[in-house]
Amino acid sequence: MIWEIFRQEREGQPFQHGGSLDAPNLAFAEAYARELYGRRDESFALWIVPREAVDEVRDPYVADVFDRDYRRVDGYSLKIKLKEARERAGTAGSG
Amino acid sequence: MNAQELLALADDELILGWRNSEWTGIAPFLEEDVAFSSIAQTEIGHARAWYELAAKELGTDADSLAFDRQPEEYLCAPFVELRFVPDWAQTIARHWLYETADAIRIQALMHSDDPEIAGLAEKIDREEAYHRMHAEMWADRLREEPRFQQAVDKLWPYALGVLEPEQRNRLSEVVGRDPVDPVERGTHTEELAPLWEEMTLVRRSVPGASW
Repeated sequence: MIWEIFRQEREGQPFQHGGSLDAPNLAFAEAYARELYGRRDESFALWIVPREAVDEVRDPYVADVFDRDYRRVDGYSLKIKLKEARERAGTAGSG
Repeated sequence: MNAQELLALADDELILGWRNSEWTGIAPFLEEDVAFSSIAQTEIGHARAWYELAAKELGTDADSLAFDRQPEEYLCAPFVELRFVPDWAQTIARHWLYETADAIRIQALMHSDDPEIAGLAEKIDREEAYHRMHAEMWADRLREEPRFQQAVDKLWPYALGVLEPEQRNRLSEVVGRDPVDPVERGTHTEELAPLWEEMTLVRRSVPGASW
């Protein structure tokens, strides 16, 4: 059974993936995780998670087929849209 | 605690550490290989610490005590000399029985009148906690296995011989077995001499060298 091990290097820091190991049950996984990720005092805490408990989502980007680029932090140009709106309204000039 | 008693303790740890290290590279799976090798290494580290205390009393050094004596001069219990590779059931049976016995011995040493011995025992106990956790999880896993049960039956008299007579009842209680005639310290098995040959080979190859 494969277990994913997350390490917290110092108290208060986020947990980061350290690696994985093979162990028949949680008691073994904990012992091996201590050995592989804690023996040199390199971790403040560990999360030990069975791989099956991890829900992996591939290609998580939800395609933007319609004009919804305002959802994107980088994609929405207010300047151009304002200019186009003013032209339509016949008030172009200062934009 | 006199120098001879310290030596007996150090010899137990060195020889057991050596035996356990024979699994390095060939343990049943990778994670266990790393864990068991690491346990072997800390046992040898504990041997060094006890040898250093004995060496102060005897006016020598830890390496001389570990490697420059003749096999018959070692004071280890026959229990730690037995060679089990490639039998994992017996290896784990000894590991579990030894760690259980060693915990009783270390507890007693932590209350020693000698502050140096008490302090060292306390330090060693912190590392032994991991050994005990490891031994317990394996014993839990193999408890119903006939091969493991037979190994514990066979090794039980040897395990009793690790401890002083007054500590043996405690071991019987913890392990849940009736006391039997122990295999006492003071004699050696035939398996010690070949171990010694290999263990001291490099040291003997250049006598008196400074490594």
